[in-house]
Amino acid sequence: MDKPSTLGIGNVLTAAFNFTTDTVTIAELEARKLHHDFTELLTRAVQPALWLLIFGEVLAQIRAIPTGQISYLDFMTPGILAQSVLFIAIFYGIAVIWERDLGILHKMLASPAPRSALVLGKALSASERGLSQAVIIYGLAVLIGVHINWSIVSVLGVLFVVILGSALFSTFSLIIACLVRTRERFMGVGQLLTMPLFFASNAIYPISIMPSWLQAISRGNPLTYEVDALRSLMIIGGTSVYGILVDIAALMVSTAILVLIAARLYPRVI
Amino acid sequence: MSRVQADLVNVPKVEAKSILETKSLTRRFRRLVAVDQVSISISQGEMFGLVGPNGAGKTTVIKMLTTLLAPTSGDAWVAGYDVVHHSAQVRRVIGYVPQLLSADGSLTAYENLLIFAKLYHIPRRERERRIHDALSFMGLDEVSDKMVREYSGGMIRRLEIAESMLHRPRVLFLDEPTVGLDPIARKAVWDHIQRLRSDFGTTILLTTHYMEEADELCDRVAIMHLGKIAAIGTPSELKATVGEGATLDDVFVHYSGYEVDNVGNFREVSRTRRVARRLG
Repeated sequence: MDKPSTLGIGNVLTAAFNFTTDTVTIAELEARKLHHDFTELLTRAVQPALWLLIFGEVLAQIRAIPTGQISYLDFMTPGILAQSVLFIAIFYGIAVIWERDLGILHKMLASPAPRSALVLGKALSASERGLSQAVIIYGLAVLIGVHINWSIVSVLGVLFVVILGSALFSTFSLIIACLVRTRERFMGVGQLLTMPLFFASNAIYPISIMPSWLQAISRGNPLTYEVDALRSLMIIGGTSVYGILVDIAALMVSTAILVLIAARLYPRVI
Repeated sequence: MSRVQADLVNVPKVEAKSILETKSLTRRFRRLVAVDQVSISISQGEMFGLVGPNGAGKTTVIKMLTTLLAPTSGDAWVAGYDVVHHSAQVRRVIGYVPQLLSADGSLTAYENLLIFAKLYHIPRRERERRIHDALSFMGLDEVSDKMVREYSGGMIRRLEIAESMLHRPRVLFLDEPTVGLDPIARKAVWDHIQRLRSDFGTTILLTTHYMEEADELCDRVAIMHLGKIAAIGTPSELKATVGEGATLDDVFVHYSGYEVDNVGNFREVSRTRRVARRLG
């Protein structure tokens, strides 16, 4: 729709600079909101706590799942981190429907900011919430004696993968919001998607024990690559099945594709 | 600015004086024709009112002019830019206050303005001064660090208008700016809208279904009915067409064939009530 008149290198640089500042501005909006009201983030600690303290402890007792060199609790902690990041991100689209109902979105879309910057800004906003989950789960993991790899590179790597994973699934969520357009329908579709995404992944058991049809689905599930990366970074003795570079490339490419789709669909939410 | 002028020269269809023009602008939603062949021309500095009952198509016209909605057919230009082919340029020169209450309640007034100042790339040096000026212009400087959710409805509207003016738009769109406000708050919003025009010469297109509002504020008024322009002219011209001693209300009833039970579907009424509830 918007054709640039000339494509000089200067214009490209200006456009890239503007795109970045617009994206950061949208993310800043969310950071300011979180700064005003932190309580919502704390309530998000309940679900991962239940998974780790109850499900994890019980399954660790029966030793039914082959996890190689590491204990089951060590194995599942990165999976639960990925899961709680997923659960926050996959419902992020509802915030956009809410902003549509309030008229905030109309004003954003009538501003000169490119739609893709608005979408990526929203994705990074979800990442800010995802990072809070990382803090919570590191805390819980210490409590239950998980063998955390505390090297700076590992922790930074974990945070990077959390940012990427949040951005990916929140953009997916945004696409759903653009398609279903009401909160009621969104809640239904959101519920429908989270569990299959979670169970058809390597979050709480290795893919190798799955039937082959489920293995195929899991290999196409971006969550698998997020967990794979987290597992090799977060845990002492944790290993990656696909290689960390493959994982990160898979996450980045999926996010980029989803952002492009979401930017096209974004005006439809109005 | 030079870029703006250069592009103006390149768009030959627009007459020099009109800053906003539509030709047979039409929008269909499936079988419903929400906006039907609307052609209007608004001059630089004019205050133009679009009035009509709920569901007449006023908001749909505004959504097309603010590039939120693509027209099904017809053309529209804002400040010389085609709303379909130069939508990015259009967005740069307009300000928009949606009908819904769009200020973010979980931020302060200052933060609301700061985010939009950044989105419109107002240079860092000028940002603080513009925000401060906007707040004092709208009489909000005392409460700028309060959360917006604690504001009254009239204050929220003034904040939103301040926000839409930060980048000095050439055309400002106000969709039902006073819906749900009590008479005193409404009068304060009117005063600020009038001062905006006298201080900045901004062209303003507003929609309303309060006839006294159109009468008080607008140079020209177009009455919309079932997606069409039923009548257009200055308030006094319109009154004269209906008869001696007519009010703009009479004009409205005359041209819109207003029937109480026929207009405003469930969704619109519930939305208006929701806005009114947040304002009250």
